Formats: sequence, structure tokens, C-alpha cells
Amino acid sequence: MDAVNNKTIHNITPMMPHSVSSQGSSADRKDEEVLPDAPPAESTSEHKTDAPDNAAAGVKLEDLFNDDGDDEEYPASSAPAAQNQDTMQTDAVRAPGPEVDTDTMLAFYQRLFPFRYLFQWLNHGIVPSPDFGNREFALTLQNDAYLRYQSYATADLFRKDIIRMNPSRFEIGPVYNTNPRDRKTLRGGQLKPISKELVFDIDLTDYDDIRSCCTKANICGKCWAFVTMAIKVVDTALRDDFGFEHILWVYSGRRGAHAWVCDPRARSLPDDRRRAIAGYLDVVRGGNSSGKRVNLKRPLHPHMARSLDILKSHFAQTTLVDQDTFLGPEQAQRLLALLPDKGLNESLRKKWESSPDRTSAKKWADIDALAKTGKSSTLNPTTLRDAKQDIVLEYTYPRLDSEVSKKMIHLLKSPFVIHPGTGRVCVPIDARKAEQFDPLSVPTVTQLLAEIDAWDAEHPSTNAGLEAAEGEGSVADSDARGSRRVQDYEKTSLKPYIDYFRSFIAGLLKEERGGKRERNEDVEETKPESMEF
Amino acid sequence: MIRSDFLRIDPKRRANLDHKKKQFAAPTFKQQDYPHRLNFYDVPPTEEITLEQFEQWAIDRLRVLAEIEACSYRNKSAAETETHLTPLLQKYLPLSSNTSSSNGAADQRLKNERQKDHYSHFILRLAFSATEDLRRRFVRAETMLFRFRFQRDDTREKRAFIESLNLDWEPVEDDERQRLAEHLIGATPGLRRVDEEAWYKVDWERVPELVERRSVFLYKGKAYVPGREQLSMIIAEFTARLERALELTSRALPRLDEDDRLTPILNHLSKNFGSAESVYSEGEGFVDGAAITANNIDQLSQHFPLCMRSLHMNLRKNNHLKHYGRLQYTLFLKGIGLSLEECIIFWRQSFKGFTDDEFNSRYKYNIRHAYGDVGGDVNRRGRGYPPYSCQKILGDSNPGVGQTHGCPYRHYSVDNLIGLLQTTGVNDKEVLRGVREDVEKMRYHIACNRVFESTHKTEIKRVKEDGSWNQVDLDTIVHPNTYFKRSFLLKQTARASKSS
Repeated sequence: MDAVNNKTIHNITPMMPHSVSSQGSSADRKDEEVLPDAPPAESTSEHKTDAPDNAAAGVKLEDLFNDDGDDEEYPASSAPAAQNQDTMQTDAVRAPGPEVDTDTMLAFYQRLFPFRYLFQWLNHGIVPSPDFGNREFALTLQNDAYLRYQSYATADLFRKDIIRMNPSRFEIGPVYNTNPRDRKTLRGGQLKPISKELVFDIDLTDYDDIRSCCTKANICGKCWAFVTMAIKVVDTALRDDFGFEHILWVYSGRRGAHAWVCDPRARSLPDDRRRAIAGYLDVVRGGNSSGKRVNLKRPLHPHMARSLDILKSHFAQTTLVDQDTFLGPEQAQRLLALLPDKGLNESLRKKWESSPDRTSAKKWADIDALAKTGKSSTLNPTTLRDAKQDIVLEYTYPRLDSEVSKKMIHLLKSPFVIHPGTGRVCVPIDARKAEQFDPLSVPTVTQLLAEIDAWDAEHPSTNAGLEAAEGEGSVADSDARGSRRVQDYEKTSLKPYIDYFRSFIAGLLKEERGGKRERNEDVEETKPESMEF
Repeated sequence: MIRSDFLRIDPKRRANLDHKKKQFAAPTFKQQDYPHRLNFYDVPPTEEITLEQFEQWAIDRLRVLAEIEACSYRNKSAAETETHLTPLLQKYLPLSSNTSSSNGAADQRLKNERQKDHYSHFILRLAFSATEDLRRRFVRAETMLFRFRFQRDDTREKRAFIESLNLDWEPVEDDERQRLAEHLIGATPGLRRVDEEAWYKVDWERVPELVERRSVFLYKGKAYVPGREQLSMIIAEFTARLERALELTSRALPRLDEDDRLTPILNHLSKNFGSAESVYSEGEGFVDGAAITANNIDQLSQHFPLCMRSLHMNLRKNNHLKHYGRLQYTLFLKGIGLSLEECIIFWRQSFKGFTDDEFNSRYKYNIRHAYGDVGGDVNRRGRGYPPYSCQKILGDSNPGVGQTHGCPYRHYSVDNLIGLLQTTGVNDKEVLRGVREDVEKMRYHIACNRVFESTHKTEIKRVKEDGSWNQVDLDTIVHPNTYFKRSFLLKQTARASKSS
């Protein structure tokens, strides 16, 4: 009990105002030399090494934090029960439409969630700084309660609290000018957001009127192509036009993708500049009743010309073949409404009515074929070409939920959390290889836990004595301890995603390091005092 | 340790002022001689003026700003605004160019005009820096005034003024311009040859307007701006500086340590900047004697303006509305006097295919928030948001895919609009033609009012004849709730007179 209390106090103090950075650094530093949690963990593992599977490890972790059972949420006595549930869950994986239960979620946070990397990503460095400490997190708890304005001084406190709360998901908000937990002590309106990644949100529900394969929450490989092309177009524009380099694309867990633009310049953009970018990228405008939704002026803006180049081949494949969008009479009618020439439309309509099963690709070819016959005297080839370009864009150009991008204070689901509906992990997508990404092969949480079990069964000797050290928390120092301990995530198919995330962070930190060196040195100077704790 | 030396000023260059005496030293302010007609208002005034001047100048400027705001709320076009503003500016805030006098900038008349412009601006800054809302409106109005004047300045003076600002614009070299020629032409509307213009490279953040409209070429974070787009950049710069300055003023205000001479004037001024936006006061849309319950909405919807009617029809068709549609409609319903309980019932019944739990967790909170039942203290005290005015609905962002909010006159294509009008029973060819014309000229209010007048022809005629309604009661409608109330009352009186 005492041990627990001491630890708790130690870890809470850094959250006091004014001492965030120095205290935080001490906690972190200590952590790098000797894991604060390591000794009790190892002692626990001694008499439990015979426990075969990961459920036992999960329980040991609980022991770590609640070894006296004083926390009612996770009583230590629940060990066997937890184990049973875990195995049951593993069986249920293959059942369609998994609902992730609380124990699975907890095991995921304990063993797999990359808290340290998430910390480094948001902190823009190793030493805890206000970039992380004043960052808002919003937790959705298992009972659907929504907790806003959570913040954490260090990666360990972050991890601890997430494990304690075991949220079904959590979102990331902006960095505030002060710790968001202190907001009630401030006069009204004093809490101001000062930076956040520029974010974009693509959701396949916005494509419902042009995808024929699935609707609502369902997706398949065919309609995922829309997201792939959206990623390509937006990513290219952000890099080439706006000069951003650190863009993290993340699968949203079900039917969409998010982009996090992490360049320092992007993070500090005020709302009106965010709105400008959203407007720049927003092309398909108007609701279902607005008629023609893409009306571009000519000559095309370089961004549009380039996007058109990217999208042309996608239109030919996805819209005309895979989706076969214009097959039905209603959609064919809509296509006609977008074409400029009445005479041409009339002859097209006749032709298509006579053969109702004509495929989209043929219909699309008909437009040019009939135009060439010169039946319509009023036809202007340039107008037709422009209209066809507009149509290509209307059916393929990214449909962004621009409200998300416009506001700095908008919260967005964190990478690597689990989508509660599908059980899939929100993994990063490498935009350079966007085509290879298959949302249906993204690992689900239960699958990952099973993979750990399978790996552990194959390598019984290597992890016997080491397993106890908690999942992700000790990545940074595992090398220093001689033989390198295999992380839980490395045993699973989550590894490539986390490796990609790490390389992304490395790139980001490299750029940050120049500007930040001074601050880090200040922190080092205060180190001796902070060691008193 | 060593690094901090960079920050230290070379001792020889330090100001020769003892820091202990600094606060007592006589300020040596820069005297203003106003070489240009336009002013970025960087240097505050230092000369003495009388209290009468202080008040009069401020009131004059305020009058102009209020009119500018009113023009923008009424959605007037640039040309209409110009004809409306020119005489007002001439009367209250004249500002002549250097060429209007033989002496140029040295003329005393010009100096006086410019001084008044300068001083009145700073007085209003004091009056309008107190709250976020006032600051925002002040910046908006001032920016519009500046833009208006800038556009009317003659080219040479404009150039001289711009040069005096020392904005760091990097010129684009000839070879780079040739290399990028194709892109530059593509990105810049109305341009044929790249050599026509001088091009500048600036960070894109400085020309957000151009970026948002996609009318500038961007490469690696730099915007390639043609010389004639200077306006956009200068306006952005003006706004940014003014915003920053107002923020500082607001912080300095409590320390103004003022006696009772200026503060009352300032308070009075800020109160008089009557918000033209809040034409709707609470409870205004309520209609006495009308039983407004969830079950009546279907029947009442015949009195709704087209924006709300189309929302209602969409709701009935899809059994769902997206967020902004819900918000717009909920606030309207609140405005006609639907109570919170009834409103929740209404939405619950309308959203078929959701369980109670889903409804409660996803939608109920937003409805309660709109009514001010939950949310922060400010929201609760203000009883939620006010119902949207036409101005707000017109000015909001375009509805996206699947969204149904907004104003049909503005956001629908003309054909769809006419179709929608016909389904609501407006078939008069003359009216539909008028609507087409209005929409083309972007006079959405007029179109909406035209439809109202046509559908209530007989009733309006009657109340006009028997004199029970005067002209004010039949003024142009600029709020959906006014539309409803008036429509409802007109039908009501018609029914009453028929039965009697």
C-alpha cells in the first residue's frame, strides 16, 4: 500500500503548475535509467512465470498498479475470471461485427498501445514539454461518458490514466496556453488554444451517392479506392503547394482516414488560415439539390490540373468499371444533366434507353463517339471537354469534411486507438504506398492479442523472465539491458505500423531539434533540484 | 551561457537612457504629418483635442461604420454599397486625395481631414476593445472601410502608400517567372500573359483570401502573387495589425486610470454600435394563441419560409437531418415558441429507425444545448443561441454533400429551386420568373419576399385596405421567424374576418 502511495504521489506532483517541465523531466529521466515500475514487476513475475498466456501477464500488470486491490475497478482477485473472459473473447473474434469488451480493451492498452511514441509525437521531443503537458485529451469511457480537458505531464502518467479509465476511445485536441485541467481556476475565456496539427477527415459516407457497392458504415476494397485517391490528391497538394512535409495519414478504424499535418508551421496556423486551406482543397460543393457540384473556371488552377491528372486513371477504373456508377437509369440521367449540350443529350438518352444494360465505360465512350458524328450543331468541343473534366472531378475528387479542418479546437480520434465497432486498430497509412493499404486486413485487437499468445507459445524460453516488464513502457531502454527484450507489439502484425509511426516521429523530431535545443538545455540545468522528489 | 550573448545589445548601441529615469522621461512621440490619404493607424495620436471634438469625431465615424455593417448584413452588392456609402463618407468622414489640392499633402484642409480620420479611429478602438464580439465587429467594419477607400485611391498614391508600408515582398526573377509561366496563368484568373505583371513571392499565410478562392499559384508554401492582387495582401495585413492592436488595447484598458470624462463617452459609444445582426429579440417570433406542439408542426409548416420548409420536407423524407440542418431547424422551432420538451418529442418522433438510447446519446444533447438547457454558463444564461437570421443562414458555409441546411434561394441551383417552389404550391409564372432574376442578381431576400407576397396576396391586400396593418408591419422580411409569424397572423386574420 505504501509503495503504491509513494509512487502515486511521485507521479502526481509533476502536474502541479509551474513545475511541469522540470518535474516531468525527472520522472522521465529516472524512467530511462531504471524503470520506476520494474522492481515490483520482476518480483511479481518470479512466482508467476509458470502462467502460460497473456491473460496472466495482463493480470500481473494490474497487480503492478493495484497490488493491494484498493482500486475497486480492477480487483486483483479477478485474475482467473479475466483469464476466462480473455480466452472466450479469442474465440469470438471470427464472429462478424465484433464489439470490443472492456477486458480486451484493457489488455490492448497494457500490452500494445504505443504510449511512448504517441507521447514523443505530440511532445516533439523526449523531455516532457508544454506541447504535451497542455494538450487536451478527450476520453470516451465504456459507459459512453465523455471526459474533456484531460491532460498529462508525462508519457507514464498518460499511460497510467488511460489504463485506469480504460476508455473505449480517446481524441486529441489542441495545446492550450495553460494546462487545460486548470481551466476552472481561470477567468472566463482565458484558456486559449495555441496550436494543433492541421487535420483532415475523409469519410466514405460522403460518397454514398456515388458508390454503388456499399452504403453507410460498410466498406469494401472497391469503395476504399475513393479514400486512396483522396489521400493521393490531398497529400500531394499539402506537400507541393503548401510545403508541408510531416503528414501522418491514419485509418479511422471503419470507413475513412484522417490526416495529421505535424509541421510546426501547420500546427500554429490560426483558424482563418485553416479555413483558407480547407477552401483551397474543397471542390465538390453543394448538397444534393445544388445541381452541378463542380464548376471550375478555365484555365484550370495548377492544383486542379494536377489533381485531374492523378484522378483520370482512377475515374476510368473505379467509377467506370468497379463501381459501374452510370449503369442505372437514375445515375445515367444525372450524368446527362451534367453535360452541356441538349442535342447531344437527346441522342445519348435514346441510345441508352434502347440498351438499358450498357456499362458505364461504354456510356462514357458514347459521349465522345456521338459528339464526333456531329449530329448536334450547337456542340462546342471545348465546353464538352470542360464538362467532362468537371464530371471526372465530381465523381472522384476528395470529399473532405472541411469543418474538421477549419477549427483549431476540433478534436480528432487518436491514432492507434481501437474503433469500438469494428475492433480494428487506427493504424497509420503510408501515403507513398497508399494503394497497398487494405482496410480489411488491418488487425483487430482480438487478433493481435491472439498473435501475442501464439508467439509466446513458440518462444517459451526467451520471454520467461522478461515478460513481466510492462508492455510498451520500456522500449527506450530495453537495449541497454543486454539481451534485447522483445516488445509485445513486435510479436504481432501491428509491428510494421508502429515501425512506420516511429520513423515518422524520427523525421519530425529531427526537424524540431534545431528550434528546441535551447529549451531542453534549460531543463537539464534544473535537474539537480528536481531530483529531490 | 555563451549563446545568451547573442541577445545582449552591444553596449555602444544601447539607448543612453538610465532605466531608473526612463518612466519620467518626456515622451518624444513621432509627430504625424499625414503624407498619404490612407493610414494603417500604426502610431497613436498625441496632440490634444477638445472633449467635444473627441465625442463628435467618434460619433461621425461610428455612423459610417454602422452603415457599412448594415450594408453587409443586407447582402448588398459592392456597387450598391458604394452608392450608399459615398455621400455618407463625404458628409461625415471626408478624406481627399493629395491631387485634390494644389498644395498636395501640405494643404491644411487635407491635414484636418486626415487628423479626424486618425483620431476617430483611435477613439473607437478604445470604445470597442472591451469584448471579443465588439472587437471582431470593429475589425470587420474598419477593414471594409479601408478596402473601400483603398479601391478608390488613385494609382500613384496607392503605390506611394504601399511603398511607405515596407512590406517584405520578394520579387520573382524573370527566369523563374518564365519557368512557371504556365502555372501562373492557370492560377490567376483573367490573365493572358505573365509579363503583364510584376510578381511577388510571399508566404501563403499572408494571402489567405487568394488561397481560399484558389486564385493564386502555390509552390512549397510560397504564394506567387501578381501585382494587382496587392489589395488582398494589404487588407490581410491591415486586419492582422488591427486585431493585434485591439488585443493590446483591451489589456491596457483597465489601466487607463481614467477620470469620469472619457469612460462615459466610450461606454455610450460602444452601446450605440447597435447590433444590426440581432434584429431578432427573444420571444419576438412567438405567436399568441397558436398551439405550438410537436404534433402541430406538420400542419404549421405551410407557414414556414422555404429554407425551413425544405428542411421539414427532407426530415420527413429521410427521417433524419445532418447536424447543421438540425441546428438551423431546432433554433427556428425554438423561435416560434416550441418548448424544449415538445422539441425533443418532435425530433424523437421524426428520427425513425433509432432506438431511444441512440437518440438520447447522439441528438438529445444538441437540442438541449440549442435551448440553453445545458452547456457552459454563458450558453445557459443566454438561453442557447438565438434563431438564425437570414443573414446568418446566407453567410454560413455552403451545405456539403448530403447536407440540407442553408437558404434554398442561395444554395440550390436555379432549376432545383424552381422545382422546390412548385412542390410547395408556387406556380405563378410571373413570380417564378421574378425569383429567377432575383437569384441571378444574388438578391435572395427579395426572392423570398416576392414569394411571400405572392402566396399572401389576398390577405395583404385586405389588411392594407382595412388599415389594421401599417407599412412597418409589412417591411421586408429578414428573419425566418418573422416570415412564419407574419404568415401565420395573416392567415389568422383572414380566417377571423371570414367567420365573422
